[in-house]
Amino acid sequence: MLTSVLVVLFLALLIGSILGFSSIKFKVDGDPIIDKIDSILPQTQCGQCSYPGCKPYATAIAKGEADINQCPPGGEDGVRKLAELMGVEYKPLNEEHGAIKPKSIAVIDEDTCIGCTLCIQACPVDAILGSAKHMHTIIEKECTGCELCLPPCPVDCIDMIAIQENTENWKWKYPVFNIKNQKQRVSH
Amino acid sequence: MNIIDTIFKFNGGIKADTKKSVSTVRPIKKIKMPKQLILPLRQHVGKVAKLKVNIGEKVLKGQLLAEADGNVSAAIHAPTSGTVASLEKQLIPHPSGLPDYCVTLIPDGKDTWIEKKPINWKKIDRKETIKKISESGIVGLGGATFPTHLKLNNNNEVKTLIVNAAECEPYITCDDMLMREKSAELVEGIRLALHLLGAQNAIIGIEDNKPEAIEKLALLIKNDANISIKIVPTIYPSGDAKRLIYLITGIQIAKGKRSTEYGMQMFNVATIVALYKFIHCGEPSITRIITITGKVRTPNNYEVLFGTPLSDLIIDAGGKASKNGSFIMGGPMMGYKLPSVNVPVTKAMNCVIDAEPEMIENNNPVLPCIRCAKCAEACPVNLQPQELFWFSQSNQFEKAENYNLFDCIECGCCSYVCPSNIPLVQYYRYAKSEIISDRYAKEEADIARERNDFRLERLQREKEERAKKIAERKANTSSDEKSKVIDEKRKAITEALERVKQEGVSEKND
Repeated sequence: MLTSVLVVLFLALLIGSILGFSSIKFKVDGDPIIDKIDSILPQTQCGQCSYPGCKPYATAIAKGEADINQCPPGGEDGVRKLAELMGVEYKPLNEEHGAIKPKSIAVIDEDTCIGCTLCIQACPVDAILGSAKHMHTIIEKECTGCELCLPPCPVDCIDMIAIQENTENWKWKYPVFNIKNQKQRVSH
Repeated sequence: MNIIDTIFKFNGGIKADTKKSVSTVRPIKKIKMPKQLILPLRQHVGKVAKLKVNIGEKVLKGQLLAEADGNVSAAIHAPTSGTVASLEKQLIPHPSGLPDYCVTLIPDGKDTWIEKKPINWKKIDRKETIKKISESGIVGLGGATFPTHLKLNNNNEVKTLIVNAAECEPYITCDDMLMREKSAELVEGIRLALHLLGAQNAIIGIEDNKPEAIEKLALLIKNDANISIKIVPTIYPSGDAKRLIYLITGIQIAKGKRSTEYGMQMFNVATIVALYKFIHCGEPSITRIITITGKVRTPNNYEVLFGTPLSDLIIDAGGKASKNGSFIMGGPMMGYKLPSVNVPVTKAMNCVIDAEPEMIENNNPVLPCIRCAKCAEACPVNLQPQELFWFSQSNQFEKAENYNLFDCIECGCCSYVCPSNIPLVQYYRYAKSEIISDRYAKEEADIARERNDFRLERLQREKEERAKKIAERKANTSSDEKSKVIDEKRKAITEALERVKQEGVSEKND
């Protein structure tokens, strides 16, 4: 009788201490689901989702405050990936948050720019170079195409230019066949 | 010298009609100087070369036009003397049919060489020679166009140099003709490459359908104990690097490893001849041999300057067979349709075929996959093409990657044997480029995230610093001082008011 009680007590203590140890040792800082959602989001930082950036939107999705279809730059593919991650049904992009546009980058018309620095303050990724009363320019490579620099510009000198297909970013296309030709051949 | 007969046969592959004999009856031909040469700035794997001349500048043959940008890049030299006319986007031989930056050179007809500087490779250090080769513009001329100096400069000890003389794809004969006509240069080049690699022996892997080349080479290397010839059967794709290594040595290069980790390095015969010309004669990479074949009247091999308009060669070979015929660059198995004949000859252009219509468009109906697994039998890489097709077709890229999509060498054996006429390789190319562009987008997103995080952190820091400054200023001024300041101010105000009153009174009095 006593031995069995002792054995059970010992086991309880052992397992309890292992659990206690691992809860301290393997404690996860932050919510890993937020990072997972954030890695799917395109990091445009455009705020079209009505949150002030991709991370806040990811946090809101994780908390269940936001829907998965509020990110136009992520496109349908992004929604699909989020649906899979969150284990919810896919739904089409919510048009209230804007339409899908081809990926673009901002270009400053350097002759018109008055050097007001307002766009520099608006850029979420510090992709604009310049200082007060001096011409500004955009670091092409860093621009995410978020369009946040457009509204503050007092002289309207920033344009969004869609990225053209060139030999570097060109992709092989999905194979397509001429159906008419196909049918004829089959019927012969 | 010895000829080795034992080979290790790889799985799959196909035996197709090679159609090589049509373009080997005539010797390598040269054509007269074209009116202009168009040189794309990217003719190699890696970064675009940096332009080093001005528009309107006169250049000499062999002068540097654009230098390599970083290590993974290659230089471009002037193929003849003349004037640099322009730098603009022009049509290049690329499957996209999109234009890219090209330098246009107008030849002056004199063909004057810049001072040639041959390198005494036996006297100077190996590393020094390789450094010089990085300025030569030499890239893999088998079609891969990987900068050659990178292949010479490796950390692993290389014991065996494998010379790729297989030339397995149908129609292409430029390497065969090169071996027949420039065999002495090739053998000298092999000795040189052995020295540069620090390798002990060289094996020439050659398909048994090139008896003339084998005979010539065997004669030249009969006194070289460390150079041997290995004759491999004519099975496509025996010329693929890993397939040829297996055929010759029986060693399978594991996934993700390089041949140098197994003590082997491979060069194409044309690349070796280019190396010879650079070291012995001081001539940078400005020409290559190209096969013009197919339906043209006189199929032939040409030794041409880079930048020569392809249309000039087609005209010399008897013109195109039909008005709306298309041309394939590379072989019929792996090549692609050229956007036009108005493209220049580049370092990658080993063969151009005036194509039969069925080579371009699949006129046979594309039927559903019946899972016959003929493609799996034909696949020389031992993949499961039917599975890869299924996943690529339905955009399940992750699964396709798990089935080793990126091990596919796009040799086209699967499409060739498919009884349902499915253009399998097209699906793999599509899936590969989608995956690569996804990876690139992800990298860009990571950079954007990092920059955004940094900005938020900076804003926070600035805010804290400002708050700290205000707090400091507040703390510095004690309450005593404060009341003193206020008293002084009040005093000044009352004094001023008094003054105004008095002035007002005196004004009234006046």
